Amino acid sequence: MLEVVLISSLKVVVVMIGVLTACAYATYLERKIVAFMQHRIGPLYAGPYGLLQPIADAVKLIFKEDVVPNNVERWMYTLAPIISFVPAMLTFAVVPFAADATIFDHEVKMVISDLNIGVLFIFAVTSLGIYGIVLAGWSSGSKYSLMGGLRSSAQMISYEVSYSLSIIGVILVANTLSLRELVEQQASVGDWYIWRQPLGFLLYLTCAIAETNRLPFDLPEAESELVAGYHTEYSSMRFATFFIGEYGNMLAVSAVGTTLFLGGWQGPYLPSFIWFLIKVFLFMFFYIWLRATFPRFRYDQLMAFGWKVLLPLALLNAMVTAAVVML
Amino acid sequence: MKEIIKALGNVIFKMPQGFYVTFKHLFKKPVTLDYPRRKKPMVPRYRGRHYLERYEDGTERCVCCGLCAAACPADAIYMEPAENEKGERYSKVYEINLLRCIFCGFCEEACPEEAIFLGQEYEFSSDNRNSFIWTKEQMLVPHPRKDNPFKWIYRRVRKVYGVTDKGK
Repeated sequence: MLEVVLISSLKVVVVMIGVLTACAYATYLERKIVAFMQHRIGPLYAGPYGLLQPIADAVKLIFKEDVVPNNVERWMYTLAPIISFVPAMLTFAVVPFAADATIFDHEVKMVISDLNIGVLFIFAVTSLGIYGIVLAGWSSGSKYSLMGGLRSSAQMISYEVSYSLSIIGVILVANTLSLRELVEQQASVGDWYIWRQPLGFLLYLTCAIAETNRLPFDLPEAESELVAGYHTEYSSMRFATFFIGEYGNMLAVSAVGTTLFLGGWQGPYLPSFIWFLIKVFLFMFFYIWLRATFPRFRYDQLMAFGWKVLLPLALLNAMVTAAVVML
Repeated sequence: MKEIIKALGNVIFKMPQGFYVTFKHLFKKPVTLDYPRRKKPMVPRYRGRHYLERYEDGTERCVCCGLCAAACPADAIYMEPAENEKGERYSKVYEINLLRCIFCGFCEEACPEEAIFLGQEYEFSSDNRNSFIWTKEQMLVPHPRKDNPFKWIYRRVRKVYGVTDKGK
């Protein structure tokens, strides 16, 4: 019993530290890649090639003054960053990050919790993240924050539907909700669900970007219209929590996408963990690439795109897959 | 239906074009310079800070004739003449106010002795206004320069404009 607890807590600590480091270095990666795409050089001063920049940022944010405006709703204002941060971290509880290994005669599953309803759990948890953003917008007592929060709630509700439907295809084909089993089914490259669900993958990608409020769907924080959207009134570590939450969400969505469509940790020659990291990195690179390439949607375009394009396509995809599986 | 077809068309045909453009630029050389650490080489004709030249024997070229001060459109040059022990005229005080100077290079052109030249340096920032008034000691080159690149350029420019050397 003790061993189980010990191993589980060890896994939690390792994954937590890994995810937080990855969040920090995702910002570095983003700044560098976007800079190179725009013929700039990006961060250079902190450490060699600016590699210590995320740490410098973190230290700066911690030591900054924590400004709380007078007319905020204290409780919600304090709670909101945490609500948006926790779900991002929770997602990693069910994502298998490496092949099962035997360490000191113990069969260790390289996943914190092998839920048999893992996919459902991810949906439940990622939807919670919206509350953080909406509450932050509402409790800040600022018009920009409120607009950001409202936009975000509308956007997330619109895209959540297609997001869930895009994965239904995979679940129908795989006939399981456990992420570990899903990975095991995609042993070789030919078995990856991206080949059997290309449209589903495309839809997942699009909706995932909208879910995590990234360009070109970053309307909740459109700086040219809303200053900074829902986190306008936040400063110091509270702001940093939002920031980590956003990048954590990106990573979570990338990890889930990897697991569902790209075969998770499966891959030849290299250790399974490395394969997982490479695939997540590819996802992240795509995110950043997209950011450097396309401008922001207009709000009505966003809504029209979500309801008139994504939803019918997702429904069609689910229907066709269901019909094929039935036959 | 129309929207769906349009969106799919964009995803398949138009978006890859955009992605290709940004990906191509990922491997191009950055335009930004890591400035204080790495500096851009200036063009040879760039006009920066002033230098006062010396003859081969080490005496100053400047004879304090005042032509540079007369040519200066910004009225930035101040000088006081004096005589050395051989009875030759030289400038006791020679100051250029870099806050007034517009780096036009007229002083360089006016100088009959080829004593003043504009160099390549352009970083003069200071927190003190007085330090912008450069004295002779700051501008005088410590040793006579064998090959003054600015002199060569200056002569060539004069040739291009059809100005002949008066003395020669």
